[in-house]
Amino acid sequence: MGIAERPLPLVEIRELSKVYQRGREAVEVLHHVDLAIPDGDFLALMGPSGSGKSTLLNLIAGLDSPTDGSLRVAGRRIDRMSSGELARWRAAHVGFVFQFYNLLPALSAQKNVELPLLLTHLPAARRRRNALIALELVGILDRASHKPAQLSGGQQQRVAIARAIVSDPTLLVCDEPTGDLDRHSAEEVLTLLQRLNRDYGKTMIMVTHDPKAAEFARRTLHLDKGTLVEQVA
Amino acid sequence: MKYLPLLVAALLRRKARTLLTMLSVTAAFALFGMLDAVRVAFEAPESLIGIDRLIVASRFSIIQPLPLGYLSRIQSVAGVKAITYANWFGGVYQDPKNFFPNFAVDADTYLAMYPELVLPPAERKAFLDTRTGAIVGQALAEQFGWKVGDKIPLQATIFPRKDGSNAWTFDLVGIYGVSDPALRGLERQMLFRWDYFDEGRDPRYRPGTVGWYAVRIDDPTHASRVAGAIDRQFANSADETKTQSERDFQRSFAKQVGDIGLIVTGIMGAVFFTLLLMTGNAMSQSIRERIPELAVLKTIGFSDLAVVGLVLAESGALLVLGGVAGMALAWSTLPAVRDLSAGQLDVTMQPQSWELGLCLIFLIALAVGLPPALKAKRISIVDALAGH
Repeated sequence: MGIAERPLPLVEIRELSKVYQRGREAVEVLHHVDLAIPDGDFLALMGPSGSGKSTLLNLIAGLDSPTDGSLRVAGRRIDRMSSGELARWRAAHVGFVFQFYNLLPALSAQKNVELPLLLTHLPAARRRRNALIALELVGILDRASHKPAQLSGGQQQRVAIARAIVSDPTLLVCDEPTGDLDRHSAEEVLTLLQRLNRDYGKTMIMVTHDPKAAEFARRTLHLDKGTLVEQVA
Repeated sequence: MKYLPLLVAALLRRKARTLLTMLSVTAAFALFGMLDAVRVAFEAPESLIGIDRLIVASRFSIIQPLPLGYLSRIQSVAGVKAITYANWFGGVYQDPKNFFPNFAVDADTYLAMYPELVLPPAERKAFLDTRTGAIVGQALAEQFGWKVGDKIPLQATIFPRKDGSNAWTFDLVGIYGVSDPALRGLERQMLFRWDYFDEGRDPRYRPGTVGWYAVRIDDPTHASRVAGAIDRQFANSADETKTQSERDFQRSFAKQVGDIGLIVTGIMGAVFFTLLLMTGNAMSQSIRERIPELAVLKTIGFSDLAVVGLVLAESGALLVLGGVAGMALAWSTLPAVRDLSAGQLDVTMQPQSWELGLCLIFLIALAVGLPPALKAKRISIVDALAGH
């Protein structure tokens, strides 16, 4: 495939740096990172604690702003957006899966999944229907009326994944999605993520410490001291 | 409306705390509703009866008597149609807790001045004919089980008798009602003959003086002019007068107890300040506990404004539900309070109390909700999700 025919990457990062100010000390967490993530990719980011992988994930997801460099997602420079613009952009383009699920304890599984749809103009009946479809997709429709406390860790993470995909985002970001799960549940969740990538073409970026989890991704990148050090096919 | 489940979920997250906070709001606004009804009852003009009556009392103090000799001089003032006089007696029946207003009055002219006191003709005649006669309102008679013909002993708290005793005995010759249900408070009074009182009182307590004069004027629009003319008559004398409307006089009388408005405002200030601290603390605690949840909402795209709105709606819901319940409780309880006091406390919740209550609900909700709402707005998603 020639350069002219190559499609633009979904995520395009150039010379990205992030510096945190801790008291008087400036700590550079990311150092001139260049990265391109094509549409439909399933990328695992690995690295030791403090290597900057979560920071990179937060920047790509529009949760934080870089100190320097450019960050383009689906053709839009998100590093130049205001916090309000970023909030709207996240609502439309990004789905999030966290290590500790972060479901709202007082809401049922279905209501948790509906949350991102509250920011759309969909009527209530349509929101409910879409939430149930997402729950069915992750195989937990029979738990729709359950509160998070009534679900196992694996089930809660499935609800969180349903919430992440319900608005059909461009990008799914997962921060240690199996970090709080036993091996069996972790494999179920990773298989589900893999299926969403393969069958539905969802672009995914996953931060993980677990090499076995990374095996479910299409490719893995390692970060060390804020720099990409290795690319494993 | 689509955010309603979020609001309900936030309120039900800690059911006991929400319930207790709401109950404290309910109690505060129930108290407000009742006290404000008392304040309004004391301050608001509610009846046109008496609009053509002026009260002439001492300029310096309501307890300072005026000479009976003023009667003819006041009568001669242009615009004065009729005049009567009375004296506060301050007696108690059997026990100091059995307190009710009792006055010595000039029987004939007093009944003519106050036609709202409805007395059967026979009993009216008996009152005029009996020197030791007294009449009481229906409510007072019912309270103590009095009937015409009874002898009623009162213990004087101000005016002893010539023989030095405080025991005054009256013959109950009539029981009056009122022409207007709004004036049922008047049925809690006892009236007796001023001449009997004046002759019987200890000479050291200035016989030949009256507590105040009540004057009927020819035209209510002339009130200021007539009042000024009366007061000028006695300017620079030993007993200068202050002539005012009946309503203002009653307010002055009530202010002997204290400034009701100030007392109510003081109590409510303390109650609402405590409420502010309690509810504010509950809201702050609730938001502190939910920082990760709010961070999740911001992560999935809720704007800062939406998060601020959710927190304010939560405090608003607490205050509106609790506050309106409290006001409704006061509204439904006040008739029972009025009945229990046999009409002496003629209190009802007026629209202005509802308006003031709703304004307070709004302001307290804002004061309580704004600090945690701003805290929620400032949440850093990255820090909150990382547990910092």
